[in-house]
Amino acid sequence: MSEEKTVDIESMSAKDALGYFLPKVDEDARKAKKEGRLVCWSASVAPPEFCTAMDIAIVYPETHAAGIGARHGAPAMLEVAENKGYNQDICSYCRVNMGYMELIKQEALTGKTPEVLKNSPASPIPLPDVVLTCNNICNTLLKWYENLAKELNVPLINIDVPFNHEFPVTKHAKQYIVGEFKHAISQLEELCGRPFDYEKFFEVQKQTQRSIAAWNKIATYFKYKPSPLNGFDLFNYMGLAVAARSLNYSEITFNKFLKELDEKVANKKWAFGDNEKSRVIWEGIAVWIALGHTFKELKGQGALMTGSAYPGMWDVSYEPGNLESMAEAYSRTYINCCLEQRGAVLEKVVRDGKCDGLIMHQNRSCKNMSLLNNEGGQRVQKNLGVPYVIFDGDQTDARNFSEAQFDTRVEALTEMMADKKASEGGNH
Amino acid sequence: MYTLGIDVGSSSSKAVILEDGKKIIAQAVVEIGTGSSGPERVLDEVFEKTNLKIEDMANIIATGYGRFNVDCAKGEVSEITCHAKGALFECPGTTTILDIGGQDVKSIKLNSQGLVMQFAMNDKCAAGTGRFLDVMSKVLEIPMSEMGDWYFKSKHPAAVSSTCTVFAESEVISLLSKNIPKEDIVAGVHQSIAAKACALVRRVGVGDDLTMTGGGSRDPGVVDAVSKELGIPVRVALHPQAVGALGAALIAYDKIKK
Ligand SMILES: Nc1ncnc2c1ncn2[C@@H]1O[C@H](COP(=O)(O)OP(=O)(O)OP(=O)(O)O)[C@@H](O)[C@H]1O
Ligand code: SF4
Ligand SMILES: [Mg+2]
Repeated sequence: MSEEKTVDIESMSAKDALGYFLPKVDEDARKAKKEGRLVCWSASVAPPEFCTAMDIAIVYPETHAAGIGARHGAPAMLEVAENKGYNQDICSYCRVNMGYMELIKQEALTGKTPEVLKNSPASPIPLPDVVLTCNNICNTLLKWYENLAKELNVPLINIDVPFNHEFPVTKHAKQYIVGEFKHAISQLEELCGRPFDYEKFFEVQKQTQRSIAAWNKIATYFKYKPSPLNGFDLFNYMGLAVAARSLNYSEITFNKFLKELDEKVANKKWAFGDNEKSRVIWEGIAVWIALGHTFKELKGQGALMTGSAYPGMWDVSYEPGNLESMAEAYSRTYINCCLEQRGAVLEKVVRDGKCDGLIMHQNRSCKNMSLLNNEGGQRVQKNLGVPYVIFDGDQTDARNFSEAQFDTRVEALTEMMADKKASEGGNH
Repeated sequence: MYTLGIDVGSSSSKAVILEDGKKIIAQAVVEIGTGSSGPERVLDEVFEKTNLKIEDMANIIATGYGRFNVDCAKGEVSEITCHAKGALFECPGTTTILDIGGQDVKSIKLNSQGLVMQFAMNDKCAAGTGRFLDVMSKVLEIPMSEMGDWYFKSKHPAAVSSTCTVFAESEVISLLSKNIPKEDIVAGVHQSIAAKACALVRRVGVGDDLTMTGGGSRDPGVVDAVSKELGIPVRVALHPQAVGALGAALIAYDKIKK
């Protein structure tokens, strides 16, 4: 967490801070490995607080895979995984990571860097000494991490979080999760050979809350119409909400971003200038492999993304020092909740973002996120009179996404929104 | 005043010339679509039928997958909006539209003012599309234009349960090798398409007035199977394949009238 003297973080823009801190997470892990400290691979919404309190460096395979996807390096990793027998129907984050893991494992065993790895744009991350997973977003993560643990012969910490068929999260579920936390703590004590550092843990919890408070505040700028905030920026900054929420990296960067947003509001500098024709929600994971294309297509239509329930998954606000409150925070992610709650979250995002339409990603990788798209869309349409469209895609497997299909659906939606506005007497 | 609509689809190119936003002067369909000479040829064909020239067109709108590659077009509008416009013109009062094209199936729900309220399209899979029909007509050695006749001969439609085009093709081949009568296989193919397409209609809400458009609706077997599957009568647009182009011509007219 130490800031190196040579870099002047103070005067950096938010974007530069993001560009500095995000790779630094991986860099820190490489450094830790070199210095003989432990490295953990963690699921994206698993609580990092425990490992951070024990000075374990963490990297996030999902974020790592997304980065590989955005830099067009996914096909090579997918191929490695598929050649090992992983089916195309398995989440592509998992397959990209399995491919990557296979390559660095080979590298470690033979001392030679496989060609595919040499040519990969993947940010280098070290092999883990421990893996941490949590099924609060899907169950794929269980088998994925079990597999990592077995392939790499490292311990697995699994924080089992029950699905919330009732909401709010029940007392007994919270108590159960606290039990899981305690078990994770004892596993870490054994792994590190020293007692858990409760003092540092409390500090880390407080840091996490400061980071998350700043993160949550960013999305509130969607209340402006026109909006100073482009929702696709959330996809970019989200990397830090995932990979550095327990570090000050994220707090520093988000606060810079908030300051810039305030300036934008003061100077009336809106995300799309005076070309904000409509506002849409993006439901689901970004199509990292076509982030530029999806953004440009929307921008071409004057459709600004002003909301998404997805970045809100990292809203893990809780009371530091209170494990039950922390359990609640890590359990209530909207895809770990019943349809009622999920629909309510979606409606709130539409309302807060003053959205005219919903674009829903039918993600071939993420079944849990996609399965209820239609129900969610219907509910929003019925209750708020906002139209929705569903497109087929995938976050990191280009074989499941077609630009032309995406464009047709988006254009049809924007025409619908414009016709609706015109018929309601608004400007076209 | 004349306007022109061009629909360059994945399988065919269509053009319609409209007079004063009211009267179809000419329409043409060429059975090859985007990325081919289809768009050029369909323009030649449609103008050949009239004594008009492209310069006489007050506005030109393109739609379909190839909409951005039509040089003479002055604007592009999505297929959804165009099909809705065109179908409403040909079948006034319609509330639900089912378009079966070569690569896409779309179902569109309109409100009482004819505005698109909701639409659903097939995913990356070719099940329920014209392409599925094309593949089956080839294995069965029955021209597309005769598929309907075979369908109506069937007494015991065979079950074609695979939705995947490749799986269904092998399913049909094995039915053929078991000497199941061809008409029963054809009817099974039609039912399979109808089941997949109707799922999309159900997603937007069936309504009581369904209009079918697109090349798929030129096959009376498909239309009948859809009607039976949904249990409602189905109208077919007058120029089923050219409905998108017609909608584009109508929008071209609306845009300059404003
Ligand atoms: N008699 C027929 N002649 C030609 N095509 C037919 C006939 N009957 C049915 N079809 C079907 O029509 C399909 C083409 O439909 P259409 O012209 O509407 O597609 P398109 O607009 O090019 O495609 P899309 O809208 O998916 O891009 C063909 O795939 C074929 O299966
Ligand atoms: S299935 Fe979905 S939630 Fe699970 S790892 Fe993949 S993308 Fe994430
Ligand atoms: Mg078409």
